[in-house]
Amino acid sequence: MRVPVSWLRELVAIPAGDDVDAIGVKLVSAGLEIEAIDVVGEIVGPLVVGRIDSFEEQAQANGKTIRWCQVEVGPDHGGVRGIVCGAANFSVGDHVIAALPGAVLPGGFAIASRKTYGHISDGMICSAKELNLGDDHSGIMILDPSTTIGSDAGEIVGKSDQIFDLAVTPDRGYCFSMRGVARELSVGYSAAFNDPAAFDLPSAPAGNRAEINDGADRIIVSELLGFNPAAPTPDWLALRLRLMGMRPISLAVDVTNYVMLLTGQPLHAFDAAKVSGTLRVRRALAGEKLTTLDEVARDLDPDDVVIADDSGAVALAGTMGGASTEVDGSTSAILLEAAHFDPIAVARQSRRHKLSSEASRRFERGTDPALPSAASALAISLLVEHGGAKLASVSQVDLRGSTPAIAFDLQRPARTAGIEISDDFAAQALTSVGCVVSGTSGVVDVTPATWRPDLTDPADLDEEVIRLFGYDNVPSSLPRLPSGRGLTPAQRLRRSVAQTLAHAGHVEVLAYPFVGSTELDDLMIGPDDPRRQLVRLANPISEEQPFMRTTLLPGLLNILKRNLGRGNDEILIFEIGSVSTWPAGHSLARGHDVLRPSVTSRPDESQQAGLDASLPSQERHLAVVMTGQRERSGWWGPGRAVVWQDVVESARIIAQAAKVELVIGSGNAAPWHPGRCAQLSVGDSIVVGFAGELAPRVCESLSLPPRTCAMELSLDTLIDHRHAITGAPNVSTFPVAKEDIALVVETSVSVQSLQSTLENAAGPLLESIRLFDVYQGPQVGEGKQSLAFALRFRAMDRTLEDGEVAEARQAAVEAAQARHGAVLRS
Amino acid sequence: MSAPNKSFDPVAVAALQPAAVQAAVEQALTDIEAANTLDELKTARLAHSGEKAPLTLANREIGALPPQAKADAGQLIGRARAEIKKALEARQVVLEDERDARALSEEKVDVTLPWDRYPLGARHPLSTISEHIVDVFVAMGYEVAEGPEIETEWHNFDALNLAPDHPARTMQDTFFVEAADAGLVLRTHTSPVQIRSMLGSEPPIYVVCPGRVFRTDELDATHTPVFHQIEGLAVDEGITMADLKGTLDHFAVAMFGPDAKTRLRPSYFPFTEPSAELDLWFPQAKGGPRWIEWGGCGMVNPRVLAACGVDPDRFSGFAFGMGLERTLMFRHGITDMRDMVEGDVRFTTAFGSEL
Repeated sequence: MRVPVSWLRELVAIPAGDDVDAIGVKLVSAGLEIEAIDVVGEIVGPLVVGRIDSFEEQAQANGKTIRWCQVEVGPDHGGVRGIVCGAANFSVGDHVIAALPGAVLPGGFAIASRKTYGHISDGMICSAKELNLGDDHSGIMILDPSTTIGSDAGEIVGKSDQIFDLAVTPDRGYCFSMRGVARELSVGYSAAFNDPAAFDLPSAPAGNRAEINDGADRIIVSELLGFNPAAPTPDWLALRLRLMGMRPISLAVDVTNYVMLLTGQPLHAFDAAKVSGTLRVRRALAGEKLTTLDEVARDLDPDDVVIADDSGAVALAGTMGGASTEVDGSTSAILLEAAHFDPIAVARQSRRHKLSSEASRRFERGTDPALPSAASALAISLLVEHGGAKLASVSQVDLRGSTPAIAFDLQRPARTAGIEISDDFAAQALTSVGCVVSGTSGVVDVTPATWRPDLTDPADLDEEVIRLFGYDNVPSSLPRLPSGRGLTPAQRLRRSVAQTLAHAGHVEVLAYPFVGSTELDDLMIGPDDPRRQLVRLANPISEEQPFMRTTLLPGLLNILKRNLGRGNDEILIFEIGSVSTWPAGHSLARGHDVLRPSVTSRPDESQQAGLDASLPSQERHLAVVMTGQRERSGWWGPGRAVVWQDVVESARIIAQAAKVELVIGSGNAAPWHPGRCAQLSVGDSIVVGFAGELAPRVCESLSLPPRTCAMELSLDTLIDHRHAITGAPNVSTFPVAKEDIALVVETSVSVQSLQSTLENAAGPLLESIRLFDVYQGPQVGEGKQSLAFALRFRAMDRTLEDGEVAEARQAAVEAAQARHGAVLRS
Repeated sequence: MSAPNKSFDPVAVAALQPAAVQAAVEQALTDIEAANTLDELKTARLAHSGEKAPLTLANREIGALPPQAKADAGQLIGRARAEIKKALEARQVVLEDERDARALSEEKVDVTLPWDRYPLGARHPLSTISEHIVDVFVAMGYEVAEGPEIETEWHNFDALNLAPDHPARTMQDTFFVEAADAGLVLRTHTSPVQIRSMLGSEPPIYVVCPGRVFRTDELDATHTPVFHQIEGLAVDEGITMADLKGTLDHFAVAMFGPDAKTRLRPSYFPFTEPSAELDLWFPQAKGGPRWIEWGGCGMVNPRVLAACGVDPDRFSGFAFGMGLERTLMFRHGITDMRDMVEGDVRFTTAFGSEL
């Protein structure tokens, strides 16, 4: 909402010494956010009204077409001047604003006579934006033909002025008008408010051209005859519209816009000659169509509220007029409509038709139902005065009910704010914002003003009182909290996992959770894979990625590639994030079948469970991807490239940080290399994830470096299997007995299985076991491998004797022989 | 001195002649002094105190002397050998010191050689700042609440006093799960977690909710469709706006130092009434301290309490929330949102594991 300071001063007695910044402070404390302050009219030097006498279009080498114009600027300014203009929205005879050499436009833009496009351009023809009269840069400003050639255009573009650009929150619809903002300011200043809507309808014969079936509770249709369609919009009015960022169009349209900006009541002018019979507010009929002023033919929805005449819909109520009844250059009879439409209906149809207008923005936030008469009166007087119209009849329907009063304890704002606020202050504050208050102490009845449909609850009244008391006057105190329990174990472990990975060289990233199905194809994720139970978005940012991720890998691999593209060639990245899948066989309730418990009381347990059951499963995953060097080369010698073990190691680090025993077995899952994929499981063989090298074809189709490695696991499941409390180990202080054994087995025997056999068979004296060498080659024969383990034996209560150790070692070797065909290598 | 021995003249034993002993000592001392290495010293030791050394051999002759002469010769030889031993030891110390010093000097390395063999990791600064904020509130007694990112419209809107046709719903450009009328959205704020907290437990409730939220903005320097918020909720008997102000001031000081403070400006959110915009007095701002828009806050709307079964006549509450990206941007001078989104490891590693 643009709010010129000059206009505000007409409506409120602002102290003369208060500048734009001081006024701004009052607006902010009233809850109006200032997005910008524009300065207009800071123009120095000759700015005159000119007339286009002729022009030639000339195509230029740079692809632009310029117009070489001869502009009459009056004898005082040199008669006809040649000016180059890049715009094409004007015709010969149009009146324009010419800035002549010596002029300085807003922003310090100095105009001089200069050579451009092969001509000496002797000035500039101005657009509204160049004069800071709005954002319209689509063409130059075309003036009303009644303007005088050679006169000072400074009168038209206005004197120096400042314009607030305010952000208006949805509850404050009344501040979408000069009247509403001025009223807030008058309260802030305790200054006199000159209400521009203090008008009564002039007396006129009652007509019967208005009717309401549905969708409104008030309408006034004023019939004006004898209107002069050629009557110009007065300069002051055109200037006001420009200051507000609107382009003047014609007197009838400009008046309705002006009254809307001033009062907040949208109006619509119909060409009475094109309307047959009564204007009726009703729901659209099935199959009904309407072409709106923006020349879009619209199929109406039976929920749409329209204004119809005897022929059918002629306007989308409160949203946009119809093309068939538009006022034009020959309109001499006008039906001026002002109504109070149902805000929800307007909001819905504006969304439904993707049509947001000045009118719909106001109606959907709630307009003042008392306003249609005053706004009509104001518009009528302007059309009579400037367009020569005569009011022939006024048709009215008024179905308004009374505004309910709110029972309100005047001490409530004090309790809410935590400060002392007297009953008197509270009562006065409410009165100043237009409420009728039944008393000055205790519990009173408060009837909100008609322009404040947002005031429905005692809490709404709290806010009015406290903001007028001043948010800055609210002191600081601290609540007395019950003792907290800190982070939950899962929250602590998640942190610990992330921190541990970072310390082990991994860099955390946060990828977008959107994926496309081709990304899953590239990962060779098959059609029956649960990761294909995708949750799709109805309005994704990109149709390429319309799904929520079911795996973290696509996002991580994209980031890996982006890093490679930027020359970062050692990439160890990880992400902790949620993945979403539909449970098998889910079905979605839609429309009216969606569970929507009442919000006036707590939903019962089954409703809560029903709401949760409608959600897809959302699980927190952790994934790591790596490529490049795990250890760098340098002056110390060669580096070491990332290998599959590095991602298994990531998993091991995570499991240790999460206090979980991770079992690593061989796995087979997309997108991993089937021979280089470790399956990660916990507890009773619960698979939590996979780690290893990506399948060569995956690297190829994603253009990843060969042998890129990846790990993904369900962090939630992992942490669910944590040890609640770690038991302390018994640390023996007796000497250790070390035994190394090398066993030859088939290559198909996994280290994990052999090691667990050795562990079990070696018995309780075994303190630890560690693989220290793997050998395959001629010394052990084809298809075989030698696995060398270091065993450490120790007892809690004594120094072991050689015999005991030898016995335990022997038991381990024999078990390995029996179970895996292992042969002790001498 | 011993008495003369008539039958055996010790002087006749050449090796025991004082002059000979003196000569042997002098030779030994010369050789010891001349030894420049521990090996040379070892040679000198063998030559002058070894088994074949002149004084060792002379010592053996003493046994053949008459008792009176034995003592004299013993003393003479003993003194001589002690002198040599002392010289050997002294020289040994000198040479060992020299050797050690030489070894240390020869083993000297350039300790400024870089050792960047193992790449360093890092946390994403958004995670770190989220944990930092969480810690501030946990220290005050708050707990951390979490909720799903794909959320029901009921939790995300309805229960927060955003009725289906409420104009504020269009303020938040919402991602809808297909089908669009299935009542599921990507949460547009962390506020549905407030609802879940109130449904899940009885007051007093003091929670912070950090998390990822979604709005249909295209990524550019100042917007991203996926971003992070942190939100606080207090519901208890007698909670006031002053409690809200005091909590925010405490939070500001914890994050931005003792000069930080907050300011509230009237605003509107459907789920709070009264509502306020929250400004931060940012002491470390480039170009001098100034007010910065930080977030939104207010007293929990009694309608929201009622929707969660909390008696609004007995309990009141406050809530506040802010964007983590925004907080990180002004706190650390990040000028482009994309840096936090793209995952360039050069950006992230600059932050390490703490901010």
